[in-house]
Amino acid sequence: MSADHHDHDHHHEHGHDNRYSDMQARVKALETVLTEKGLIDPEAIDAIVETYETKIGPRNGARVVAKAWSDPGFAEWLRTDATAAIASLGFTGRQGEHMRAVFNTPETHNLVVCTLCSCYPWAVLGLPPVWYKAPAYRSRAVIDPRGVLAEFGLTLPETKKIRVWDSTAELRYLVVPERPEGTDGLGEEALADLVSRDAMIGTAVAGAQP
Amino acid sequence: MNGPHDLGGQMGFGPVAPEKDEPYFHADWEKRALGLTLSGGAFGAWTIDESRHARENIPPADYLAASYYEIWTRALEVLLERHGFATRAEIDAGRKQTEPVTPKRILKADMVAGVLAKGGPCDRPVGTEPRFQPGDRVRTRNFNPQTHTRLPRYARAKTGVVEAVQGSYVFPDDNAHGRGENPQWVYTVVFDGPEIWGEGADPTLTVSIDAWESYLERV
Repeated sequence: MSADHHDHDHHHEHGHDNRYSDMQARVKALETVLTEKGLIDPEAIDAIVETYETKIGPRNGARVVAKAWSDPGFAEWLRTDATAAIASLGFTGRQGEHMRAVFNTPETHNLVVCTLCSCYPWAVLGLPPVWYKAPAYRSRAVIDPRGVLAEFGLTLPETKKIRVWDSTAELRYLVVPERPEGTDGLGEEALADLVSRDAMIGTAVAGAQP
Repeated sequence: MNGPHDLGGQMGFGPVAPEKDEPYFHADWEKRALGLTLSGGAFGAWTIDESRHARENIPPADYLAASYYEIWTRALEVLLERHGFATRAEIDAGRKQTEPVTPKRILKADMVAGVLAKGGPCDRPVGTEPRFQPGDRVRTRNFNPQTHTRLPRYARAKTGVVEAVQGSYVFPDDNAHGRGENPQWVYTVVFDGPEIWGEGADPTLTVSIDAWESYLERV
């Protein structure tokens, strides 16, 4: 790397941008400027963070799945108008405005990705995990889904069809996994315990992990 | 644009690295970056499509090396500068130097619950009937616009089947550039794995995209 001082601006244009080498400092500076300008309310940021840490997370989606497993009428509503069915449980809003539920069957396994950015059904799953937004998953889910699933410890039968949903528009997809065997007597809360975040993305099946 | 964001089918990124019991945030700045990005969006000065395009315009080497919250932060800075809310020099200095333009809305703490619960629906009525119906065979366009598009490269010039008419929505290719919402019908289009990936493709694979009507031509 050149130490020439005249290289400074050029360096920002084409090389690694040192502005972002310390993200803690960079974001702090950004928040300070916007606060001084009266453009943001730091307490609003606190409230956003608290919402996604404590109120909006994969438990929402698990409740939707558990209800679909328990109530055929709700399952049909979820199939035909997922946004309304999910809203009936109180889960609405940002990145859940236009929901679709896709149901795993003995023949077909569904997997959701956003190859172009990080589209994810926040209203039912909360904030996406790092891997969902990272290049390895986004690049490979559409071309090598079985290889990706194997990295999650999920090996599907070779004959099982895989349907990958690339979230290229504003529809947000919730995978409804198959109900595990031997769960006939369980109520919705206990069933929801069997539904992981990953099972609702399609990188796991229900009951595989708590 | 054929930017670094258009990742479907690219290779060399290694295995997916799921983290057991992953926390929602890995550093405090990620929390602030989330809140700043949503607070900036609340200004009403740019659309989600413009913000996506700002992220796509991060230089490829930087984009691919950055965490997603860094991608958001870099794009937010571009948007703040473009729309007159803060200059790059101010952000570098961490100090106010100029008066900002006035946003349509400033997100206050007591508004957060309502704003998040409401979201930003982008379905819009259109005056035409859908051109395609479920079961129709369609071919995606072969184009390489330098501007924003939501038709991924891997799914261009491919033949698939319309599975569902999903309603009519804001057209991002226009909206990202301030050319209006110009809503269009959106369809879920399903492609067989071999149609997209050719030789050696997984025969049990199908991939669907959600495509705006102008991305599609009848076969």
